[in-house]
Amino acid sequence: MHLRSGDIGRFAWGALRGYPTRTLLMLLAMAIGVAAVVVLTALGEGARRYVVGEFSALGTNLLIVIPGRSETGGLNPSTLMGETPRDLTIADAAALTRSLAVRRVAPLNVGQAEVNRGGRSREVVIIGATHDYLEIRHWKLGQGRFLPAEKWERAVPVAVIGSRIRRELFGPQRVLGEWLRIGDRRYRVIGILASEGRSIGIDVEDLVIIPVASAQQLFNTPSLFRILVEARSRKAIEPVRRFVLDTLQQRHQGVRDVTVITQDAVLATFDKILGALTYAVGGIAAISLGVAGILIMNVMLVAVSQRTAEIGLLKALGASRPAITTLILAEAVLLSAAGASGGLLLGLLGNQAIRHALPVLPAQTPLWAVVSALGVAVLTGLLFSILPARRAARLDPVLALARR
Amino acid sequence: MIDLEHIHRDFRVGDQIVHALDDVTLRIGAGDYVSIMGPSGSGKSTLLNIIGLLDRPSSGTYRLDGRDVTALSDTEQARVRNRQIGFVFQAFHLVPRLTAFENVELPLLLAGVDPRQRRQRVAAALEALGLGDRAHHKPDQLSGGQRQRVAIARATVTRPGVLLADEPTGNLDHRAGAEVIHTLEGLNREGITLIVVTHDPLVGERARRQLHMLDGRLEREGGSSHASP
Repeated sequence: MHLRSGDIGRFAWGALRGYPTRTLLMLLAMAIGVAAVVVLTALGEGARRYVVGEFSALGTNLLIVIPGRSETGGLNPSTLMGETPRDLTIADAAALTRSLAVRRVAPLNVGQAEVNRGGRSREVVIIGATHDYLEIRHWKLGQGRFLPAEKWERAVPVAVIGSRIRRELFGPQRVLGEWLRIGDRRYRVIGILASEGRSIGIDVEDLVIIPVASAQQLFNTPSLFRILVEARSRKAIEPVRRFVLDTLQQRHQGVRDVTVITQDAVLATFDKILGALTYAVGGIAAISLGVAGILIMNVMLVAVSQRTAEIGLLKALGASRPAITTLILAEAVLLSAAGASGGLLLGLLGNQAIRHALPVLPAQTPLWAVVSALGVAVLTGLLFSILPARRAARLDPVLALARR
Repeated sequence: MIDLEHIHRDFRVGDQIVHALDDVTLRIGAGDYVSIMGPSGSGKSTLLNIIGLLDRPSSGTYRLDGRDVTALSDTEQARVRNRQIGFVFQAFHLVPRLTAFENVELPLLLAGVDPRQRRQRVAAALEALGLGDRAHHKPDQLSGGQRQRVAIARATVTRPGVLLADEPTGNLDHRAGAEVIHTLEGLNREGITLIVVTHDPLVGERARRQLHMLDGRLEREGGSSHASP
């Protein structure tokens, strides 16, 4: 003599429909809890993906060579500031091309300068780079061509400009082949960057790229800001790192005075930080699930006392204690499962809305969050209904039936 | 066959002990028609609850069909209630959100009977009580008499040997009450043991065996025929 699972479900469903207000309130509480978890973890995950995406946009299998050596390795303020005990030079960069594991090398200089054109001027980030830089950064050209594949030491007076510079300084006029004044020198515009590329801290629309040697002239420096080295594959990153360190040590009279940051290391750090953030936010949201659980307990207790006569009747008709417990728990599980599903739907809609409002943020709930939100919801529903269910099962049928 | 021996049931009220049943010994044979009468507080409902296994005696033995049921576990007692005992209450105790059909179906559902078989038996039980056309009505769409007949259908759908009715006409007008009594008596004629608790002498005096209770004791017995010693 056992209740059939179909009957349990139908009976519980009927009982829930019998008290629509109570049911709706509980569904709402559960749904809000689950939706909170879904949306908040989606935000955390979105932030993580955004940052990871930004770093990946830097290029693939990239190593960044920075002058100066940090004691502990990895990232610290001085490596980011690029303090310069011994300068990196174009010749250093050229030496780094001599490995089969290296695909491309880009010596880099960065500075700010005033850019003039026909009386209009603008303070702009100037990047001194080489022909390969475009490909390393995965940027695209809108018009014209990129820096020519000249010897790196040649200071050719050409410039590739961002689309905003083009708009602001040239307006609707023809641009390619026109001259542009940067500082006190003149450069011929040979290309315009497409505006779709993005990169941390650099607005692709608002920069000017000139040959690295030209930039050294412009900023009056013999050194480089940093060198980007692209390894042939992911596996080659570590050998390339050692190669870069050894080569430069040799070139710098045996002093190891550069820092090599692999993009992977930076990425992994951010990945970890933001991943932890997502867990934390998810945990905070899970508290609302706990609150929903307590609400469920409260309402189930009320439900049990509301339905005392019914429970007494079921006992008289031959329902054992386990059967009563099962029926009440089934009600709670059904309720929390329905609430959780509703909350999931609500949360996914919320994600959609966030993605719509903030297209840069890929708000997407990670699977673990979906699974655990649903799991925790149903589990709290179940857990917090044990007390009411036991109370129901222990009701004295005589008293229960006498009460009307 | 119901066999009660020296049944006591004590309640503690404050620091006083109330003897709701005081040494009741009673035998009721299969197929008997018994009424239990007496003023309120005389213990007649307590006796019925003990016979129906809704309550346990403080002492004494109760054998149902030769089996000592006082010692059974809660779950086993539930099974006995489901299979062997039917209840009819004064207040009908129909579940308001369920239709007549679903109310009658409940004991079979609790027993885990196959749904197809269930449908047949419920339909048959409703038909037998003239409620075939009321199957899909909710209790609030039924008259009092119809409600009590739905309750009787529910009590008999598992074909129990014993039907216990606690003031079955208490909430009904005279005509509906008479109808319900005729229905119960019809079931008794088909072989069910019928025990009716009432304080309406017009109802009680119809029984073949009439028990009178006072202060937890069986006072005297009357009636047209005695099925047991």
